[in-house]
Amino acid sequence: MSGPISPALPARSEGAAGLAPSAGPPRRRRVRWGDRLLFGYTWLVLVWLFAPIAVMIAFGFNDTKSKSNVNWQGFTLKWWGRLGDYPELTNAVVNSITIALLATVITTVLGTLMGIALGRYRFRGQAVTNLVMFAAISSPELVMGASLLSLFVSLGVQTGYVTIMLAHVLFSVSFVAVTVRARVVGLDGSIEEAARDLGASTWITFWRVTFPMILPGVVSGALLAFALSIDDFVITQFTSGATVTFPLWIYGAVRIGVPPQVNILGTLIFAVGVVIAVVNTFTSRRRT
Amino acid sequence: MTETQAGKEAAPAASDISPVPAIELDGVVKEYQAHGEVVQAVKGVSLSIAEGEFFSMLGPSGCGKTTTMRMIAGFEDPTRGTVRLQGQDVTDVAPNKRDVNMVFQSYALFPHMNVWENVAFGLRRKRVPEQEIKRRVGEMLEIVDLTGREKRRPREMSGGQQQRVALARALVNNPRALLLDEPLGALDLKLRQAMQIELKRIQREVGITFVYVTHDQNEALTMSDRIAVMNDGLVEQLAGPREIYERPATKFVAGFIGTSNLLSGTAEEVGGGTAVIRMGDGDRVLVPVGDATVQGGAVEVTVRPEKIRISREEPAVGVSAVRGTVSEVVYLGTYNSYAVNLAGGTEFTVFEQNAHDSSITAERGDSVWLSWQPHHSYAIGS
Repeated sequence: MSGPISPALPARSEGAAGLAPSAGPPRRRRVRWGDRLLFGYTWLVLVWLFAPIAVMIAFGFNDTKSKSNVNWQGFTLKWWGRLGDYPELTNAVVNSITIALLATVITTVLGTLMGIALGRYRFRGQAVTNLVMFAAISSPELVMGASLLSLFVSLGVQTGYVTIMLAHVLFSVSFVAVTVRARVVGLDGSIEEAARDLGASTWITFWRVTFPMILPGVVSGALLAFALSIDDFVITQFTSGATVTFPLWIYGAVRIGVPPQVNILGTLIFAVGVVIAVVNTFTSRRRT
Repeated sequence: MTETQAGKEAAPAASDISPVPAIELDGVVKEYQAHGEVVQAVKGVSLSIAEGEFFSMLGPSGCGKTTTMRMIAGFEDPTRGTVRLQGQDVTDVAPNKRDVNMVFQSYALFPHMNVWENVAFGLRRKRVPEQEIKRRVGEMLEIVDLTGREKRRPREMSGGQQQRVALARALVNNPRALLLDEPLGALDLKLRQAMQIELKRIQREVGITFVYVTHDQNEALTMSDRIAVMNDGLVEQLAGPREIYERPATKFVAGFIGTSNLLSGTAEEVGGGTAVIRMGDGDRVLVPVGDATVQGGAVEVTVRPEKIRISREEPAVGVSAVRGTVSEVVYLGTYNSYAVNLAGGTEFTVFEQNAHDSSITAERGDSVWLSWQPHHSYAIGS
């Protein structure tokens, strides 16, 4: 979002120069032009970002008569009462949420430990670990999904709920580790020494001093992991076996028409995400 | 404070009978592995710090002073040697089990806790009853003049205030000794000078042994009862501020503390605690010497710039005098500073108190005499 802001700076400084007697009227007009352009551009970007979400939310209230929910046919609340009409859809949503929660917990614990180790210590194999982490972040999902599938097949593992979760932990753990590592690297090591000096054991030092200081990193890592897991399609498709998650169900339903219930569930997930983001913004502002 | 003060009052009486040093280092060596080589940060330090003393370790960066302090705190394990607190061997005791507290250079305050929680942290760890924690934290915040700021976060305070929180957080535990690692380094000059006096006052008030690490000679001279001047992992001299300044034991100490002028020459007429030193240019000066000086041996003589008198006429008999040419005169308000080139090539610095109306005695290029009382100079073995 730094794009729309940067043109404002020269525009504003020109405005200040415009007060000087040497600056003529044409200059002043260009200033207002720039301001208007910036205003319009900013709103264009915002509309472009939020239009699809607005459409998704709106079509949850669409009184559609046909199977496909693409033409606006009037406002209704009836779909909210018939949220559980498709048991497979409900099941898929439950799968998505529980997988995301479990994967987030495991990922956060593992990723936090990795982040602390990478940020705090120098050890043999550190460069390789960093490289593998970077590879996991940057490799295409398609590649990772395909290779995971062949790994599970060659190991004779039945793909399903557990393999989806393992795959989600695998591709999101690096994100958590990187976020936590950034926080750990920025820590003043003498703060932990001060805790030790004041009589705290290593255990107490970690929980009372180190952990609260890296907590913002851990929280944003966990949110990232949850967001990555809940809407993942590509890797999940490869590792799901007979298990169906929310994105997989929608993909399957596209050919026969997506019911408004999907829009409502999408709206709910989006709303939870917004609430968490807002809460995180306010609490982290208070923390730092 | 009633309880702790009662303890303090009893302590001096006991220590009169058997003075157990608060801190003792015995042949302490610290070696590091760096790039496959063994580096000695501390090469064998033995010293003992008395109860209630304000003790400074002074030296340039890399001299081993901070490493020595960290070995007292327990953050570094000595490669060899023994650390004793109150006569007890604590060489292998973890830092959280040692009854000393440290004030860190960066203050190292807990950023997620407010002032009160920061100061109470140590007492909480010792499971001191909540009532007593309240009382002691309150009293300590009063001593460091931070009453009313209990709810502030470290981030919301000035450097000087953070410094006092760090001090309170350590002192509230009533440690056997307080270790301070360049605690005033991050403050500006005015505040630093104010805090020096403040620290000395607090130390008198609480009566706790202070061990102070600094590279700033003024800080060390201002506050300390005794100073250990360190260089290259060794203690060069351990003495009171006056003696360190007036009688530096080595060339390094003479150069590190204040400004010193050095003359090299050969010892003649050694005897009775004095010797006549003959310089390369033929000038001869009388200097007090130690027992180690031998007839014909090389000797270096040092004399402080403010002890030297500068004059155009040859001075009276009975003082040491050398000739030279003024190469620079700098007016510094309270005094004038002269750079004088001696005949032998040595450069001398002379300070002249700005006490008279026509204060400039000599101009650039003038030939002058420099003279001083023989007992203001001294020989150091080279």
